[in-house]
Amino acid sequence: MTAADLMFDGPTPEVDGPVLKVDDLRVSFPSESGRVRAVRGLSYEVAPGEVLGIVGESGSGKSVSSLAVMGLLPAQARVSGSIRFRGKELLGLGDTELSRIRGRRISMVFQDPLSALTPVYTVGDQIAEALLTHGKGRVSKQQANNRAVELLDLVGIPNAAQRAKAFPHEFSGGMRQRAVIAIAIANDPDLIIADEPTTALDVTVQAQVLEVLKTAQEVTGAGIVIITHDLGVVAGFADRLMVMYAGRAVETGPVDEVYPHPRMPYTLGLLGSIPRLDADEKQPLVPIEGQPPSLVELPPGCPFAPRCPMAVEACTTAEPPLAEVAPGHHAACIRSDEIAGTDADAAEVYGVDVVEEPPIAAVPREQRETVLEVQDLVKAYPLTKGSVFKRTIGSVRAVDGISFDIRTGETLGLVGESGCGKTTTLMEILGLEKLQSGRIAVLGKETTALDRTARKAIRRDMQVVFQDPMAALDPRMPISDILAEPMQVHGYSQAQIDARVPELLDLVGLRREHADRYPAEFSGGQRQRIGIARALALEPRLIVLDEPVSALDVSIQAGVINLLDELKAKLGLSYLFVAHDLSVVRHIADRVAVMYLGKIIEIGSVEKVFGAPEHPYTQALLSAIPIPDPVVERRRERIILTGDLPSPANPPQGCRFHTRCFKFAALPEAQRALCLDQEPDLDGAGDHRAACHYAESRAVV
Amino acid sequence: MQAPTGPYRKALSDVIGFLVRRLANYIVLCLVATFLAFALASLTFDPIGILMQRNPPPPDAVIQAKRVDLMLDQPIPQRFLSWLGGVVQGDFGQTVAGHPITDELGRRIGVSLRLFLLGVTIGVICGVVLGVVSAIRQYKLTDHVATLFSFVILSIPVFVLGTLLKQPAQAFNDLIGSNYLQTLGEATPGFQGTWFESLGDRLRYLIVPTLTIALGQIAFYSRYQRSAMLDVLGSDFLRTAQAKGLTRRRALFKHGLRTALIPMATLFAFGFGLLITGGTFTERIFGWYGMGDWLISGVTAQDTNVVATVTLFIAVLVLISGWLSDVLYAALDPRVRV
Amino acid sequence: MATITSDAAAPGASPVDGGAPKRERSATRSRLVLRRFLRRKGAVFGLIVVVLLYLMAFLGPLISPWGYAEPDYTAFLQPPSAEHWFGTTKIGEDVFAQVMRGLQKSLTIGLLVGVISTSVAALVGALAGYFGGWVDRTLMWVVDLLLVLPSFLIIAVLSPAFKGESWLLFVALLAAFSWMITARIVRGMTLTLREREYVKAARFMGQSPLRIIFKHIVPNMASLLIIDATITIGAAVLSETGLSFFGFGVQPPDVSLGTLIATGTDSVITYPWLFYLPAGFLVLFVLAVNLFGDGLRDALDPSSTRARKRATKSEEESE
Repeated sequence: MTAADLMFDGPTPEVDGPVLKVDDLRVSFPSESGRVRAVRGLSYEVAPGEVLGIVGESGSGKSVSSLAVMGLLPAQARVSGSIRFRGKELLGLGDTELSRIRGRRISMVFQDPLSALTPVYTVGDQIAEALLTHGKGRVSKQQANNRAVELLDLVGIPNAAQRAKAFPHEFSGGMRQRAVIAIAIANDPDLIIADEPTTALDVTVQAQVLEVLKTAQEVTGAGIVIITHDLGVVAGFADRLMVMYAGRAVETGPVDEVYPHPRMPYTLGLLGSIPRLDADEKQPLVPIEGQPPSLVELPPGCPFAPRCPMAVEACTTAEPPLAEVAPGHHAACIRSDEIAGTDADAAEVYGVDVVEEPPIAAVPREQRETVLEVQDLVKAYPLTKGSVFKRTIGSVRAVDGISFDIRTGETLGLVGESGCGKTTTLMEILGLEKLQSGRIAVLGKETTALDRTARKAIRRDMQVVFQDPMAALDPRMPISDILAEPMQVHGYSQAQIDARVPELLDLVGLRREHADRYPAEFSGGQRQRIGIARALALEPRLIVLDEPVSALDVSIQAGVINLLDELKAKLGLSYLFVAHDLSVVRHIADRVAVMYLGKIIEIGSVEKVFGAPEHPYTQALLSAIPIPDPVVERRRERIILTGDLPSPANPPQGCRFHTRCFKFAALPEAQRALCLDQEPDLDGAGDHRAACHYAESRAVV
Repeated sequence: MQAPTGPYRKALSDVIGFLVRRLANYIVLCLVATFLAFALASLTFDPIGILMQRNPPPPDAVIQAKRVDLMLDQPIPQRFLSWLGGVVQGDFGQTVAGHPITDELGRRIGVSLRLFLLGVTIGVICGVVLGVVSAIRQYKLTDHVATLFSFVILSIPVFVLGTLLKQPAQAFNDLIGSNYLQTLGEATPGFQGTWFESLGDRLRYLIVPTLTIALGQIAFYSRYQRSAMLDVLGSDFLRTAQAKGLTRRRALFKHGLRTALIPMATLFAFGFGLLITGGTFTERIFGWYGMGDWLISGVTAQDTNVVATVTLFIAVLVLISGWLSDVLYAALDPRVRV
Repeated sequence: MATITSDAAAPGASPVDGGAPKRERSATRSRLVLRRFLRRKGAVFGLIVVVLLYLMAFLGPLISPWGYAEPDYTAFLQPPSAEHWFGTTKIGEDVFAQVMRGLQKSLTIGLLVGVISTSVAALVGALAGYFGGWVDRTLMWVVDLLLVLPSFLIIAVLSPAFKGESWLLFVALLAAFSWMITARIVRGMTLTLREREYVKAARFMGQSPLRIIFKHIVPNMASLLIIDATITIGAAVLSETGLSFFGFGVQPPDVSLGTLIATGTDSVITYPWLFYLPAGFLVLFVLAVNLFGDGLRDALDPSSTRARKRATKSEEESE
C-alpha cells in the first residue's frame, strides 16, 4: 500500500479515538405527502479497525445515514447534526473538499453491483481512476493501471491482467462487486462503508464477497460499517451491532451480547423471524405484524409500539431513549428488563404456535398419490449475443434432463443459485406446452398429449404464486376482480364467485372489506397473501411457488411462510417450492432437490440433505448460508467455492461441478480422470441420491 | 479505448457482419418504399388530365404521343421496372414536360444536402450542449429558458418560422444599411467572382434558411439530451464515481455525459425524418431549388418520375441516417459490441 | 386451530396495518396526480388554452356577425376594426370568421387523428409485442417501411385523389401515417408487460391471449396512451396545416389554419393580420397541447422524469 501512503497530502494528525463519530444525525427529504424524516437523531461511532453492523428493514434509514456520511445525498435532503471523521467535521464541507476525502479516507461499496460501474469504461480504467484522482502528478497512468491489476488480483479475480481490460457487462454480478470493492480499497482508506454489499448476490457468491471484504479489512486495517437487513450476514463478521427502526437506533451492543440477549422486542422479533438452517425440529417463525410507520407524521411514543406484542399504555406517550442495559449494550425500550426475564424466546413473547401435522403426513410417501411427475425434462434455448444486435450463436440447455415427483401433501423444495435452471423448470411445468424432450404428468395426466380443454382442466389443479408481490397483481384491478379472474376463466357463475371471494380472503387472513380495494393499497406481505388467495380460488391440488417470500422483509416473510404451512395442512395441498434461500426451504419443505447447471445434483428428504449432504456443491451451498448466531458462525468451517458459475452454454465436460469442486481439487491425479470424463449419475441408497463419483456425507451446518 | 484484443477483434467482425446484413435490409426497404411511392403516384396522378385542361386543348395526336411517352399504356410494375432499369444506368427518366431528370438532379441534391448537413450538424452539437446544461441546472433559470425555447420552437411549423425569421433578417439589413442577409434564392444570379468570393456570396443566402432548419433540430435534440442526462444523473455509477473521489462536476462530464450520449444515437434516425420535412418547407419558403421544392412542384405537376426520384433520394437519406445511427450506437456502447 | 385465528387476525391486528390510514391514501391518489399536474404552471396554462381554443373554435363563429365565406364588398384588406375584429382579406372575407373556421377544422382533424392513430398504435404495438415471432417481424417491417417514407410525401402524392372528396378521407390518411413511432413504444412496453407476473398468472390460469391484451396489457398502458394521444394531436395539427399550406390538405372552399397562413405569407409585411393571426393561433394551440402533454406525463407517469424518481427513491427508503 505504499502508493497510497504517498498520496497523503500533508501529515494527518493521528487522533486517538473513533474513526467516525456520528452525533444526533437528522436527515429529511421533501415528498408529495410532506417532509419525510428518514433519520431522526442517530448517534454512533466506529473505532479504528472495528466492524460495525447496521441492521434494519427497508425504510429504517440505514442507507440514508451512510450516504449522509459520504455527502452523497441528493441536493433536496436536509441534514443536521454532526459527522466527525478522525475529529474533522464533515457536515457543511463543500463538494471539492469532500471529494478529497471520498475514495481516499472513506470509501463505499454499494448494493447493486450491476449498475454501480459505468458501462462505457473498462473495469481496469475505473479502478485506476480512483488512484489517479487522488494521486494527481504523483501516480503515472502506467502505475495506476498496474496497481489496478494488482487490486483485481487481490479481490480474487482470476487472470486479472486480462480481465482489467473487460467492460463491466462482461463481468458477473459477483465479479462486479469485487471490482467495486477493489475501487473502495484502492487508496487504503480508514473507513469502508458497505451498503448491503451482498444482497443482490447468490449465497455462495455472498460468501466469497464477505471473504473479500474480510481480506480487504486485514490488508487496509480500515474500520468497516456494513449495512444489511440480514442478521445472519453480520453475525460472524461484525464486532458490534446496531439495530435501526424508523430512522433511529433501537439497540446497539457487541454481537456476542445482542444476539443471545436482545433487549428490545424488535430485535427479538427479527431474530425469531429468521428460519434457521441449524434448527433441528420444526420451530414456528415469529412474524412481526404490521409495517414500519410512515416517517412523515410519526405519532408520539415508541415507533415500534403499534407492532409490539409487549406494548403498554406508557409506550405511546414518549419515545424511549437509548439506555444502557448492560455494559456496552443499549436498548430503547421501557420494558427491556422484562425481556431479560423471558430468556429471549421470541415465540413466547410474540405468541406463535406450531402448526400441527396433517393426517396425510402419517401415510408413507410411496402410498400417496403422485401429484406431479417430471421425467428427463430438457429445455434448450437458442443462445443470442448482444442486447441490440441480437444474433444466435448456439444453444443453452437450461434444463438438462431432470426428474422428480411430488406426492399428495408434500412440499418439494427446488433450490439452486441463479442460472441453475430452476425457473425454466417451473415455466416448463406451468406452460403445459409441447416439451422438447422428457415428460411431465400432472395428477397422472401427461401434458404433451393434451388438447385445449384437457389443458385448461389441468390448469385448475395446478396454480402458481409468484415472487414479486408488486408485479403479480394487475394494479388496475380491484382485489375482487383479481380473485375472480381464474374463476371466470373456468366458467364459475357470478353467484359462485361472489360467494367464493370472501371465503378466500378469510382463508389468507385478510378482511372481507378489502375486496374492493386496489393492490397499491396493500403492503408487500398482504399482496403476497392476495396472490396466494388467487392461487387457491380454483381449489387446486398443487401450488407452484416461485420464490414466494424472497422479495419480502424477514419479519413479513415469516407471516407468509406460516400461512403457507397452515394452508397446506388445512387443505391438503402439495407445493413445488422454488427458492434460493435454503433456510426457508429447510423450514417449509419435506423433500429438497438441489440444481446445478440444469441438473439435479442431490435430492432427498430435508433431514438427509441438510443433515448429511453428500454432494460437494450442496455442502458448499449449505456452508455458505450464514446462521444468525455469532458463536456458531465463528466456529463454522466455511467452504468457499472458487470462481463463478460456468456458462450454461458450454458446461464443463464430465462432472459439471469439477471446475469449482474442492473435493476434485484435493483428489489424487489418478482419481480425477473419472470426474473429468464421466458425468456422474444421480444415485444412492433409497430416497437420498447424489450425483457425485466420490459422494460422502459431511455435516456442514 | 482499448487496443483490440483477440475476442474483441472477433466481436468487431461480428458487428461488421451485422451492419452489412442491416444494410442489405435497408436497401430492400429503399426499393419497396420507392416502388410504393411510384405506384401511388401513378395511380393518383393524371398528367394527361392537366394537359387536357390547356386552352385550347392540344390535338389528340399530341395527347396520344404523350401517353406513349409516359408509358401510361403499360401496367404500373412494368413502368416501375423500366424506370428502375434507367436509374441503375444513371438515367432517372424525363419530367412530364420532357426534360431529362438526371440533368437537374445533381444540382438539386447539392442544394438540399448543403441545407440538411449544416442543419443537422449545428442542431446536434448545439442541441446536446443545451440539453446537458439544461439537465445539470435543472429547475434553474437556464433550464426554464431552454425548456421554454424548445417548446416554443417545436410548436412553430417551419413554414411559419421561416416567414417569421425573415423579419429580423430584414431588420438586421436595415440596421447595417445593406442587403447582406438574403432570403430568396441560393446565390446571386449571374454572380461572377473567385471561388472565395462565390463562397461568401452563398453564405449570405445560407444564413437565414440554415437557422430556420437548425433551430428545430436544436430544440429536438436538446429535449432528448436533457432527459437522457437526467436519467444518468440519478444512476448508481455516477454515485460510485463520486464515492471514489471525483467531484460532482468531473463525474458528470466523464461518466455521465459519455453514457447519456448513447440513447442519442438511436434518435439520430428519427431526427432526420423531421429534418427532411422541415427542409422541404424551408426550400420552398426561401426559394431554393432543391429536392424538397422539386417534390412539391412534382406533385403539383402530377409528375410520377420526379416524385419517384425524390422519394428514392429521401429513402436513401433516411436509411443512411438509420445506418449511421447503428454504427454510432456500436461505437458508443461497448455492450453492443460484444 | 389456534394458529389460524391468530394469523387470521394478523393483518388487521395492528393499527398501522389495517385499512383505515391506507384508505385515505388511496382516496388521495387521483388527487395526487391532480396536485402534481397543478404544480406545473406551464401544463395548467396549456390545459386552459387548449380548452379555450376548442370553445372558441366552435362558439366563435356563432358570435361573429360574418360567415367565413361571406365577403363584405365594402371592406377589402381592412386592418382589424370594430366591424371586422381581425380585419378582412382582399376579397372582403372576415378574417375572424375565417380563423375560427380554420381553427375548428384544424382542431377537429387534430383530435380525430390523435385518437385514431393512438388506437391503431396500441393495437399494432400490443399485438406485435405480445405474440412476437412472425407477427412481430411483419408488423415491425411495415413500421420501418412507413418510417422510411415521410408521411408528408405520401399524403402529398395521394392528394390529387381526395380533391373533392370528404375531408374525413384526409383525416384517415393522416391517422394512417402517424401511428408508427407510438406503436414501437407500445411494443416495447408490451414486451416488458408480457413478462410481468400478473400477465403470466393470467396465462397460467388459461386466459386467452386477446383477453390478456385487452384486460391486462392495454389498460396498464393507459397513461402512456393518453399522453401520446395528446402529443399526437399537436403533431397532427402541424402535419395538417403543413399539407394544407401547400394545397395538399384541406381544399377550398373549406379553410384550415394552413390554407389561411399560405394566403397570408405573401402579404406578411403589407397586411400582417392575414399572416400573424392564423399563425398565432396555430402556434398557441400546438404550444399549449405540448405543454399540457408534458405536464400530463409528469403527473401520470412520474417515473419518466428522473428527478422525481430520485425523490421517490429516497421516499421509499424512508417510508
